[in-house]
Amino acid sequence: MSALVIAPRPPAELLLRGAHVLDPATGIDGPHDVLVRDGEIAALGSPGSLDAPAGAQTVEAEGKHLFPAFVDPHVHLRTPGQEHKEDLETGTRAAAAGGYCAVVAMPNTDPVIDQPLLLGGLVSIAQRDARVAVGFMGAISVGLHGEQLTEMSELREAGALGFTDDGRPVVSAGLLRQALARQRSCGGVLALHEEDPALSGAGVMHEGRVSVELGLAGIPSISESTMIARDALIADHERGRVHFQHLSARRSVEALAAARERGIRVSGEVSPHHLLCTEDDVRALDTSFKMNPPLRTEDDRMALIAGLADGTIECVATDHAPHARDEKNVPFEQAPMGTTGLECSFAVLYTELVLPGLIALEVLLERMTAGARLLDLDVPAIAVGRSANLCLIDLAAQWRIGEAGYESRSANCCFAGREVNGRTLLTVASGAVAYRERAFALSAA
Amino acid sequence: MRHLLSIEDLDRAAIEGIVDRATHFAQIADRPIKKLPSLRGRLVINLFYEASTRTRSSFELAAKRLSADVMNLVATGSSVEKGESLRDTVATLSAYGPDAIVIRSPHAGAPGLVAGWTNAAVVNAGDGKHQHPTQALLDCYTLTSRLGSLEGVNIWIVGDVLHSRVARSCIQAFLVLGAHVTVAGPPTLVPDEFAALGVTVRHGLEELREADVVYALRMQLERMGSVDVPSLREYTAHFQINARRLGPRQLLMHPGPVNRGIELSGEVIDSASALITSQVAAGVVVRMAVLYDVLAGAPTQTGAPDTISAALEPQTA
Repeated sequence: MSALVIAPRPPAELLLRGAHVLDPATGIDGPHDVLVRDGEIAALGSPGSLDAPAGAQTVEAEGKHLFPAFVDPHVHLRTPGQEHKEDLETGTRAAAAGGYCAVVAMPNTDPVIDQPLLLGGLVSIAQRDARVAVGFMGAISVGLHGEQLTEMSELREAGALGFTDDGRPVVSAGLLRQALARQRSCGGVLALHEEDPALSGAGVMHEGRVSVELGLAGIPSISESTMIARDALIADHERGRVHFQHLSARRSVEALAAARERGIRVSGEVSPHHLLCTEDDVRALDTSFKMNPPLRTEDDRMALIAGLADGTIECVATDHAPHARDEKNVPFEQAPMGTTGLECSFAVLYTELVLPGLIALEVLLERMTAGARLLDLDVPAIAVGRSANLCLIDLAAQWRIGEAGYESRSANCCFAGREVNGRTLLTVASGAVAYRERAFALSAA
Repeated sequence: MRHLLSIEDLDRAAIEGIVDRATHFAQIADRPIKKLPSLRGRLVINLFYEASTRTRSSFELAAKRLSADVMNLVATGSSVEKGESLRDTVATLSAYGPDAIVIRSPHAGAPGLVAGWTNAAVVNAGDGKHQHPTQALLDCYTLTSRLGSLEGVNIWIVGDVLHSRVARSCIQAFLVLGAHVTVAGPPTLVPDEFAALGVTVRHGLEELREADVVYALRMQLERMGSVDVPSLREYTAHFQINARRLGPRQLLMHPGPVNRGIELSGEVIDSASALITSQVAAGVVVRMAVLYDVLAGAPTQTGAPDTISAALEPQTA
């Protein structure tokens, strides 16, 4: 069975004319006509070489870029239990608007996805509501309490891609060891939110210059890096595979690199906000900048960018964490952690990392799809015979994040107000059109 | 000045302006009739989410001395206890058309949020461990009255600097007025990151004699025995300001309330060096100056603008 779930939609019949196709997986880099028939990529040809068959829609895409659509290994879609923040429909709509064809939902919902029956119910909802493909993670521990392992094999059979207690660390080394032992029989990556509660305490932001200035309790970098070092050694001992979520600190990147050098099966992800924001953004006490792990220093940010560029960090994950306006419209210390990110991740990273030359566009595209590989899913590629997972983006188009609202139910985006380049015009997910920019016309042939 | 949220928002001229006006108000405080008509008909709401005696009562007295109407709301026994959000509470209070809301909150940044939700002028009476700007202003007033100027004065702030909103506001205000500031205490309570604010960081009191002014902070008793301060005995042995450490020409300050025998020994509290009761007296006139500053120039929420010219005339009732 496929571990990804999407609501049935009519398969796309499209001719994209003259788009600049760029796919690091296949090496294509140049203007092409791309024909999609019955949801599959049917033909690739030089510009003007392909004709639209009867019933297909034509997209005049000259000057626009066509990429393999993105995959996000870490989002919070809030179903079940917190649908006032987001649900599978609005969350996957936001993903489609950001050029994503697949997202992976975390299990820290209410109730927590720690039983096969709950996961089965969630899969049914996704079959009705998911606009892009959704994968689900199961919890490592019952109720995320860090005490008792879930029925990992049963959860896998019900469709769990892997396991995580995201939002909380697995504090007990013993419990993590047991989970890794179980992984040998049931498979599925263990995705770890790394934080030592004895070090992070009641912290609400990075512990450093700005927390001292503001008088806010801090979360030191060692809260994350020491747990990464520990858990890499446990994974090594159990010959297991672990994925480190939302890296935030230089020492964490170094711990990941050191573990890989020793041959331990580890991987890592980084979020757009940790790549682009720092503790200084917290100074105005805007709760959109409150997240866990917290925004750290410029030095940490530079290490994360370098780690993403050189492949130490395999992939970008938004950690899309919607919260209702009333929940965030409170003093900083009281606000919940998290920012949304699905709708603007490519645009902010393209604008602030690719355009200034900090990372190549092909590398960014690879990192925005590589999350699939870590979860044993197919990486989207633009090749004949493959299911169409495409995003058409106008790199020249400028817009201001949030200016026209959000597809997400929530608006807690730390990038709100930024001027960016790169607008999604069209997203095709699992062979069906998932998003079309309102002003962008598809014409019938 | 529209609001007073943080010392950061004030430049030297603004601080000196408030100190000067407080000096004028202090002269009136010596007269038999202490009341001025400046804020007659204005409504000041004191919204206190934390226990406070001197700050709340001095704001109340300051508003009354300026003839404003005052409402006091404390968190216990109000709708706050019933779970009302800060935003909803402010919306409710704003319906009364207050001209100023004085807020104390356990949460950093709460006054800034309130300023975005109401038309009233907002005065921060302490937010979390973040800022306590009127305390810093009254300390500037107290020192200016005594020394004439803070230019070049060595001020040591001693104790739990990390968890002190008073320390954060005082550091900023003292530096703006040209003082040299040193913060001293155990490393768990005085992290080296404070140096980025432009102060000297010390983890012992060996050099305390170089201070012109010693500003002791209140030690939160609940921190005793925590990781921050292993024991009361150890803390007092190293950091208590007592007659052995404090010289006769050094001035002593404390924001109150004092833990007698902990951060200060009894003999220094009662010595001629101590400015502690002057600080309390300064609280009223400085808060009068702040309320005057945010309100007297501003249009009223309910009626016509007052004339500023009449403000300093004593009421002849």
